[in-house]
Amino acid sequence: MTATDALLEVKGLTKHFALHADIYSRVAGEKVQYLKAVDGIDFHIRRGETLGLVGESGCGKSTTARLVTRLIDPTSGEVRLRGEDLLAFSPARMKEARKEVQLVFQDPYSSLNPRKTVMHILSRPMEVHGLARTWTEKRGRVLELLRRVGLGVEHIDRYPHEFSGGQRQRIAIARALSVDPVLVIGDEPVSALDVSIQAQILNLFRDLQEALGLTYLFIAHDLSVVRHISDRVAVMYIGKIVETGPAALLFAEPLHPYTQALLAAVPEADPDKPPPKLILKGEVSTPIDPPPGCRLCGRCPRQTTICSEISPPLIDVGGGRQVACHNL
Amino acid sequence: MAQQVLALDDLTVRFRLRRGELTAVDGVSFTVHRGETFGLVGESGSGKSVTARAIMRLIPDPPGEIPRGRIVFEGRDVMGLSDAEMRALRGRRIAMVFQEPMSALNPVFTVCAQISDALRTNLGLSKKEARQRVIELLALVGIPSPQKRLDSYVHEFSGGMRQRVMLAMALSCDPVFLIADEPTTALDVTIQATILDLITSMIDRFGMSLIFITHNLGVVAHSCDRIGVMYASHIVELGTKHDIFRNPQHPYTAGLLNSIPRLDTQSKYLTPIPGTVCNMMEPPTGCKFHPRCAHTMDVCKREIPVLREIAPGHHAACHLLGRV
Repeated sequence: MTATDALLEVKGLTKHFALHADIYSRVAGEKVQYLKAVDGIDFHIRRGETLGLVGESGCGKSTTARLVTRLIDPTSGEVRLRGEDLLAFSPARMKEARKEVQLVFQDPYSSLNPRKTVMHILSRPMEVHGLARTWTEKRGRVLELLRRVGLGVEHIDRYPHEFSGGQRQRIAIARALSVDPVLVIGDEPVSALDVSIQAQILNLFRDLQEALGLTYLFIAHDLSVVRHISDRVAVMYIGKIVETGPAALLFAEPLHPYTQALLAAVPEADPDKPPPKLILKGEVSTPIDPPPGCRLCGRCPRQTTICSEISPPLIDVGGGRQVACHNL
Repeated sequence: MAQQVLALDDLTVRFRLRRGELTAVDGVSFTVHRGETFGLVGESGSGKSVTARAIMRLIPDPPGEIPRGRIVFEGRDVMGLSDAEMRALRGRRIAMVFQEPMSALNPVFTVCAQISDALRTNLGLSKKEARQRVIELLALVGIPSPQKRLDSYVHEFSGGMRQRVMLAMALSCDPVFLIADEPTTALDVTIQATILDLITSMIDRFGMSLIFITHNLGVVAHSCDRIGVMYASHIVELGTKHDIFRNPQHPYTAGLLNSIPRLDTQSKYLTPIPGTVCNMMEPPTGCKFHPRCAHTMDVCKREIPVLREIAPGHHAACHLLGRV
């Protein structure tokens, strides 16, 4: 992978949050603990591609989204957009870059301002970035956006509460598109929706990608959703990427024990399929000061002595796949 | 056929709100037999949880009321019971597991205090006996070293462990009937697998009946014997899990099954159900699904279709099925 054909490239991205102890332990000189939300991850996304980022709650998916959009700054690591280091950008250059990377959030009930009309919600980003000046121009662009996401002129002067969950998510998507981004990051954009509506929104994501040549980073915990939408998938577990690869290959033949366990635990909507089962022992361990070895230590059926000592690096295994496991 | 434990007949639940009347459950009938797991599936607002609460008589009145219908549990009409009789039923005979254990459990009491409360009130155990029983229960639902976790508060447990505590509480007075309302929705998929496994093993072990409420079709496909599909306050289809998944007859059931992405195949586009769920304050006339249905006829806009048996044990409520 060279920097030139990747739209977004992330290298060694790390975010540690210091957990501030109470005053007594600080006076007593106890060590500050760190929550290692994202702990040295590498990935890239090619132009026009969809990378699915999947993992259970607390694995660092959303922190990754916030780092990539520079809503928070990393502890260390690089985020490169078209080869340029986002973290070295001046505030003015960063504002330009924000236009190119847009976010769609999980909950359309809290991500839209209830006191503003759809016209305001969709035209404000254009004003901020100087994309449309006159009212007529803005209104024209807003109508175009609404049409793109399957809404109409009758919706333009309404408020968010007048819409259903699915329609609100359409508005949130339109808002992300209002500044002509190249990369759209969806942070669990369909998790709050009912299945019949979820399918509509997933199709909309697909249509928009075709029509506008968008690149997606699609974050979700639902494996079948990720399988459906993604070209490539990265599986995260407690701050680390444990496996990446083309969606079809990764789901057909998962290599990492965590990916295997995750897939085996999904109840498929087919009574003749094998029932969900749990391969791993115990529960997800804590990202607070994790031990040095593999994060899956203590739960993994393949565990050997090296696992508790050295954290396995992501290694190329061919077919565009990478796996971080000592015992493949 | 095993013995019938619960029968709902034409159950209707209405809420009188300031903005008008809302019928949350409309003419729902089904039966659950001893040892059976009955799945109630539907999207948000379809009336699944209200049905469950009505069985437990937990519908607040006002604003709620039950203008029609009967709930017969172990041969007794639940609606006719006095408050004291109802208290003897809740927890003792029928227990409930809720979706969000953090809000269903009390944050200011220890786990032991909460569970022994039920044990002491319902079974008249002494403080010491209750404490011993709580340890047994926590061990039963797979909480490691229960003697140590006994005096912990709910916030000291993880999501999966909280759901185990909920289950221990539900099982505390040996109920014969369990209602689980989205018990795994708030959980991660690997934790969900363990909790599902736990619930199924408890049901088998104690020969309980279970109503499993969920919106997740994958979960019902594996844990339920029979399934009722709800849409906008009605049961639109009722049958064994094979009837529902292999031979869905109602366009909503078929649409729902088509709209879920699958793990084993990848298609470019999904087949969603068009439109959105109707506003329950102003529901459409006739079949509530007709504005979203691909097969709408004139009669669908006028008449509410009744649930009719199309094969032994397989029922569906659709006008299409009346015409051959």
